Amino acid sequence: MALDSKIPKGPIKDKWTDYKNHIDLVNPANKRNIDVIVVGTGLAGGSAAATLAELGYNVKAFCFQDSPRRAHSIAAQGGINAAKNYQGDGDSTYRLFYDTVKGGDYRSREANVYRLAEVSANIIDQCVAQGVPFAREYGGLLDNRSFGGVLVSRTFYAAGQTGQQLLLGAYSAMNRQIGRGKIKMYNRHEMLDVVKVDGKARGIITRNLITGEIERHSAHAVVLGTGGYGNVFFLSTNAMGSNVTAAWKAHKRGAYFANPCYTQIHPTCIPVSGDHQSKLTLMSESLRNDGRIWVPKKMEDVEAIRNKTLKPKDIAEEDRDYYLERRYPAFGNLVPRDVASRAAKERCDAGYGVNATGEAVFLDFASAIIRYGKEQATVRHLDVNDAALVKKLGQEVVKNKYGNLFQMYEKIVDQDPYNTPMMIYPAVHYTMGGIWVDYNLMTTVPGLYAIGEANFSDHGANRLGASALMQGLADGYFVLPYTIGDYLSNDIRTGPISTDTREFEDAEAEVRKNIDHLINNNGTHSVDYFHKRLGKIMWNKCGMARNAEDLKSAISEISQLRAEFWKDVRVPGTENEFNEELAKAGRVADFLELGELFAKDALQREESAGGHFREEYQTPEGEAMRRKEFQYVSAWEYKGEPKDAILHKEELAYENIEVKERSYK
Amino acid sequence: MSGILNSSIGRKFAMALSALFLMIFLLQHFSINILSVFSPDTFNEVSHFMGTFWAVQYVLQPILILGVIFHFVMGFVLEIRNRNARKINYAKNNGSANSSWMSRNMIWSGLAILAFIVLHFYDFWAPEINVKYFKGDMSGLIDPDNVDSGFRYWEELHHKFQDMWRVILYCVAFIFLSLHLLHGFSSAFQSTGMNNKYSKGLQGFGKAYAIIIPLGFVFIALFHHFTH
Amino acid sequence: MNLTLKIWRQANANDKGKMVDYKISDISPDMSFLEMLDVLNNELIEKGEQPVAFDHDCREGICGSCSLYINGEAHGPDRGVTTCQLHMRMFKDGDTITIEPFRATAFPVIKDLIVDRTSFDRIQHAGGFISVNTSGNTIDANAIPVNKHNADDAFSAATCIGCGACVASCKNSSAMLFVGAKVSQFALLPQGQVEATDRVLNMVKQMDEEGFGNCTNTGACEVECPKGISLENIARMNREYLKASLKG
Repeated sequence: MALDSKIPKGPIKDKWTDYKNHIDLVNPANKRNIDVIVVGTGLAGGSAAATLAELGYNVKAFCFQDSPRRAHSIAAQGGINAAKNYQGDGDSTYRLFYDTVKGGDYRSREANVYRLAEVSANIIDQCVAQGVPFAREYGGLLDNRSFGGVLVSRTFYAAGQTGQQLLLGAYSAMNRQIGRGKIKMYNRHEMLDVVKVDGKARGIITRNLITGEIERHSAHAVVLGTGGYGNVFFLSTNAMGSNVTAAWKAHKRGAYFANPCYTQIHPTCIPVSGDHQSKLTLMSESLRNDGRIWVPKKMEDVEAIRNKTLKPKDIAEEDRDYYLERRYPAFGNLVPRDVASRAAKERCDAGYGVNATGEAVFLDFASAIIRYGKEQATVRHLDVNDAALVKKLGQEVVKNKYGNLFQMYEKIVDQDPYNTPMMIYPAVHYTMGGIWVDYNLMTTVPGLYAIGEANFSDHGANRLGASALMQGLADGYFVLPYTIGDYLSNDIRTGPISTDTREFEDAEAEVRKNIDHLINNNGTHSVDYFHKRLGKIMWNKCGMARNAEDLKSAISEISQLRAEFWKDVRVPGTENEFNEELAKAGRVADFLELGELFAKDALQREESAGGHFREEYQTPEGEAMRRKEFQYVSAWEYKGEPKDAILHKEELAYENIEVKERSYK
Repeated sequence: MSGILNSSIGRKFAMALSALFLMIFLLQHFSINILSVFSPDTFNEVSHFMGTFWAVQYVLQPILILGVIFHFVMGFVLEIRNRNARKINYAKNNGSANSSWMSRNMIWSGLAILAFIVLHFYDFWAPEINVKYFKGDMSGLIDPDNVDSGFRYWEELHHKFQDMWRVILYCVAFIFLSLHLLHGFSSAFQSTGMNNKYSKGLQGFGKAYAIIIPLGFVFIALFHHFTH
Repeated sequence: MNLTLKIWRQANANDKGKMVDYKISDISPDMSFLEMLDVLNNELIEKGEQPVAFDHDCREGICGSCSLYINGEAHGPDRGVTTCQLHMRMFKDGDTITIEPFRATAFPVIKDLIVDRTSFDRIQHAGGFISVNTSGNTIDANAIPVNKHNADDAFSAATCIGCGACVASCKNSSAMLFVGAKVSQFALLPQGQVEATDRVLNMVKQMDEEGFGNCTNTGACEVECPKGISLENIARMNREYLKASLKG
């Protein structure tokens, strides 16, 4: 099947408006007869479910958590971008569009990104109207901060809990519709398959995680807002339950999977402390606004710090290597995430890592504390030369800005970041790849949509900070509710979809077969044992830097591990009860397939772009080297084993932005 | 408005209002009693006024009794509901880590005070009602037939505290009253929704009130006991 | 560290349940409490026993999934953290740790340490929202300035993660801190004013119907709340409720 991105004709500025003016609509009376399933209740799924219900569709929403409010969007810290230009610093829809395409290393689809930038301002209006308590200035107007990879302040935030506040906003919009009976909410339900009838997505099979019951649910369209697959690395900043299962099942039913190798490794996470580690904790990138990243210049200082004979703050200024400021004077500590992460890896690989494992760099607030302290002392007419006072005042400012992050760091690491620099290291955070969708956000399966992190479309090879929240809400509030109407307008005479059909029966039987196998396998090792091994392969061979040889061996290792998993995994308990191990086993089984496709995609993409860095393709200075011949989206079609997946290419055309060498120097 | 007493917040508001009313009464009761230490004559005159003035006897007294009954009944109603809200208890609960003993045991200090009120009614209120309304003696005199015999109030009070056991019981009850007030005072304000810049000061005042008033009652009891 | 764990085991909602003792060794002080339970579960699975079920997801203190009543306190002895951020350095070698589910009639046990907190969701369905439809033309976000103190207070109230520690810690299993926080968030913002009366009446009604107890102002919730939600929010809800009741 040839890929058709269905991008509307016309100038980029008018595409979305023209599109909306010409799509088919469903009249309100008919919407009552149409059911839509939304899987996932994060920013994308939650906002989509609420909006579809407001429009009048009957929505069934599913989440595996005990409440929609707990979806992992809640953990996003830093903020949400919007081209409001409230700061008057020259921001505009075009500039946000430009920054996003450039930040994505020219691997995203222009039309989608422009639309994203266009609706970004509406998101802020909508959220404020919902009662989202964004940070404000003393004048009562909204505050902004700047974020990595851009030169304007366009990020709206709510302390370090922006994702939480936005998700609670979407959740409250859902609550209103649940209260009205327009959304039927299924908590603690996991989607285990998509059901296709006559080639169209017409329902899903779920497992009730409390009772173990396998259920059939039908609808006229199915929307997946099921997030990313970072947990294929075992250790990531994703929630423990975040998984690829819904997306992977969709892939197996015919949805192409795009750019699986584009993974964002976030530069500011708390380093791994030992083998017991179950997940990694991110610290908002906003910390890089004030923190300076460094490692010692001299190897003896590195040794001394590791042996704890020297304190980081005792290292003289001239013996510190502020490597981001050195390498990228224009953006300094605010380079995009992929650049910052690779630079940290480069220093640590060279032996300058500052913790016991050699995988950590410093993020230092000492100079910010002094700078803010002096500012405060001046404002309050106090003595600017009183070092203790300046430090105290500066710490107060830093506490106001990042208090919760500092507290979190202290609780986890047991060190006080006000007095000693934080230690950070990159960690898997976000996956730009995902299910391929066209301009309508529809996958290659008619009636099956993918929104938010679950799709691939807007971030190219690298996502800029504060853009994930923007995309999730743009898709859910403002894009999907329109585009889905165009498809559903053909369904006004279809009537309810029966679940007593052959297609539902077959899908359910397959789900049951899988579960039976896992329960009765009686192997020797727990699910985590396999997941950890998969994670090690992924991190070592498909991580921040990749090469053909490693990727080839990753492919064969993952394939072997998968066979071993199916033979030797042990899932205690039964299928008819709350059984977390069973749920985990199903998820890891899918990760074991995705992981291989991931490596295959990374091997196929013989260039470096954004989050995908191939060691063979770098400039003499060690920067990523893009290749014109790879200016396309890799969309993989499922054909049984991952090794048999077929590549389809969507060529990317840049008509409104000149493709340039991405430079942050 | 009618359904308000069926709601949790309405009930707690009513609980707080009755508490505030009882605390005002307590202050009034104390102000009169402390007179007995300094000036038996003034004490007698005020007591006689309180015991015979119609507005006090026929308006305030019934309101007070209703207030007391309401406060207790509502206290029990809430306690039952609160117990039903957790049917299986914790095997290990470290309540002292997050709350004061007083706040967690209002029902027990309340019950102690209830027991005390029964005793107190038996000691003073029942004889008083008996003399005034059953025997019909509204004179307030020790000997109703002798105008010079003087008021009986101070004598009766003084006499009651001759018995050491009664003094001990009263003092123990006052300690429970203090414990009840130590939480109850600020709690009542919180329940009415008052939590603002004055709250800190009010809390300090509440603590002082909760300690000084019961201590004053203890002092009065001991004074009468030891001046025999 | 070597520890003894006393853990509540209950196969399902209808099972009676009991405390069971486990020994666990070689626990690193840098582990989080849940990572310690992961170690225990891994041992149980490899021995062919049923692992201990507990709720958890983000493991960074924000999703509100994790619960656990540890040594008599919600989220354990540390302050300002959820169980997932409680670290084993808070305990000593040789300690006995009692682990129970959050107890409340409105939070029935699903399995072991997992409880059903959908009563919180139902309270929100009753009014935890501002009725505004999604459209591209709501008024500009800066059209209504909001006093910064109110905005900050609204935010502080809104940081509630809905974990239920307030209910679990309260001797009355009262949900007033949770509901108070939600009512406060909207009451403090101009956008929330229009529906203020109905919101507080409906949410409190639902809260009462769910079987939560009544607040007696012990303050335990505020102390145990991992996000430090203030008792002021309960007072504010009381005010809002009384105001709304008077209005009718």
